[in-house]
Amino acid sequence: MTVRNLIAVGGRPSTTAPTLSPGGVNDRRSFRWTDLTVYIGFVLVFAFFALTTADKGFLTVQNATSIVTAVTPIALMAFGAVFVLTAGEIDLSIGSVVALSALVTALGLRHFGLVGGVVCGLAIGVGTGLLNGLLIVGLRVPSFLITLGTMQLFSGIAQMSTQLQDVPILNPTYNTLFGSGMVGPVSDAVVWLLAGFVVAQIAYRNLAFGWRVMATGSDRRSARALGINTRRVRVAVMLISSLTAALAGMIYAGEVQGAVYTLGSNDLLTVLAGVVIGGTSLFGGTGSIFGALLGAILMAMIVNGLVLMGATVQQQIVVQGIIIVVAVAVSQRQPAE
Amino acid sequence: MSDAFPQTASAPLLQVSGLGKSFGGLRALDSIDLTIFPGEVVGLVGDNGAGKSTLVRCIAGVYVPDEGEIRVDGMPLGPHGPKRAAELGIEVVHQDLALVMHGDVAQNLYLNREIHSRLPLLRQIGWLDKAAMRAGAREILAQVGMGGLVSVRQRVRDLSGGQRQSIAIGRAVGWSRKIVFLDEPTAALGVRQTKHVLDLIGRLRDRGIVVVLISHNMEQVLTTCDRVVVLRLGRKVADEPISNLDGPTLVSYITGVRQSEP
Repeated sequence: MTVRNLIAVGGRPSTTAPTLSPGGVNDRRSFRWTDLTVYIGFVLVFAFFALTTADKGFLTVQNATSIVTAVTPIALMAFGAVFVLTAGEIDLSIGSVVALSALVTALGLRHFGLVGGVVCGLAIGVGTGLLNGLLIVGLRVPSFLITLGTMQLFSGIAQMSTQLQDVPILNPTYNTLFGSGMVGPVSDAVVWLLAGFVVAQIAYRNLAFGWRVMATGSDRRSARALGINTRRVRVAVMLISSLTAALAGMIYAGEVQGAVYTLGSNDLLTVLAGVVIGGTSLFGGTGSIFGALLGAILMAMIVNGLVLMGATVQQQIVVQGIIIVVAVAVSQRQPAE
Repeated sequence: MSDAFPQTASAPLLQVSGLGKSFGGLRALDSIDLTIFPGEVVGLVGDNGAGKSTLVRCIAGVYVPDEGEIRVDGMPLGPHGPKRAAELGIEVVHQDLALVMHGDVAQNLYLNREIHSRLPLLRQIGWLDKAAMRAGAREILAQVGMGGLVSVRQRVRDLSGGQRQSIAIGRAVGWSRKIVFLDEPTAALGVRQTKHVLDLIGRLRDRGIVVVLISHNMEQVLTTCDRVVVLRLGRKVADEPISNLDGPTLVSYITGVRQSEP
């Protein structure tokens, strides 16, 4: 600071004249075309399969039912992932939590009955989530690295818990409640899906918690300066993520009426792809629960259509990979440097 | 601007006595005394490194001073952190603004001070009354001269630098009860927004709120404030009503050519 600066007289020249948009200000969020990625992708993929596999039953109610059933565990985890990503974290361990909760629920059902089994499954969700969250804030290590480790840890424990054996679930009430029952023409998994969507949407958009998650992921320093307990928020989102993964595992187990350590092993990328295509940023601060729902359905629809077309598993993986790259390129593109 | 600031009319709102703070071997603040009365607008000036930011951070509860005492309305601040300072009615607009870029204007104005639903059950789970907050946000925007210029639902990252500054000021003045510190509030603003901010300072004074304006713009300080406090190398070197000051005098205090208090 020089003397000349100090005696500078008068207001600074205007560099940012206030701009009045022609029609005044309307109370809308700023709009970007890339926000529509998931809708456009949805329509394109649906139209493609409707045209190419209509004769193989893509447009039947039965097929729609099977898509919705397949999407429920993915969508539930996607809702959890929206909270995690919006808070600026990531959870790589969800696939392992699925297997662990399914196996532990199955064992619990065998030894303690219905309530005991359900409590066991939920306890896995709470336990793994708290462990992830507390390690992240306690050790001050990025969630990417911590959950990379716990992904292996939980998976190993799942494999050890039954020496790789599958555990059948013979409790008919459990199976009916978690995915094997029917509500009209569709699996009762739909009830879980809708309930999960409503709860997640409200928590994300209408509760103070959702604002805190957004603030934590957008600008953690500012959030802390405003008095938000960002550590508590970060533990909370890891807990939510693990709980949704545990619930997904329990629904898988109810659907196939048994648990095996391979459950959920391919889900992580499907979930993250659906969430990211649905408009949630990998860098924190923004996200969409509804977008995640559509993204998850989109991923399930792609698999379903490819199966109907007679694609091999390998071909399905290739197509999924291409679609993820295209969708991410459109929706997550960074501004030019 | 009023020459006779109400030194005898009422009890001091802010009383700083014998404040000292060191960082390692550096004496950042040395026995600072400062008394501010309700309704005053006080300029706080000094060269870079003079101790302005350290003083503000001590009063805002961010730093705990090594010596001395800070009282707000007679209540000691104590070593209780920023939350206590906010409870006592102190608000600071920092230069880095502490905004949440992905949040919209209403969110930034109400983060961690949310208005909750009036329904008891919903209130319990933290259900937000977004309509009330948007309405409140529109009022605050009008107060900082941005009514009709930005929408309360616009994201802060999409606003200009000047608009962001105005939001940060709006957040402080929308909540302040007693004392607002503005750290270079008009540095990024255009002429029109600068005028709004200076008008706003006048309106705050009329409400009995103390404004402490930290600025490098001497003309602005001389036309806006009632009194100017000059810091130099951690010490208070001048504390004068505007009537005793002009630009060159102020600069000579800042640069150390002149000293009024040994």
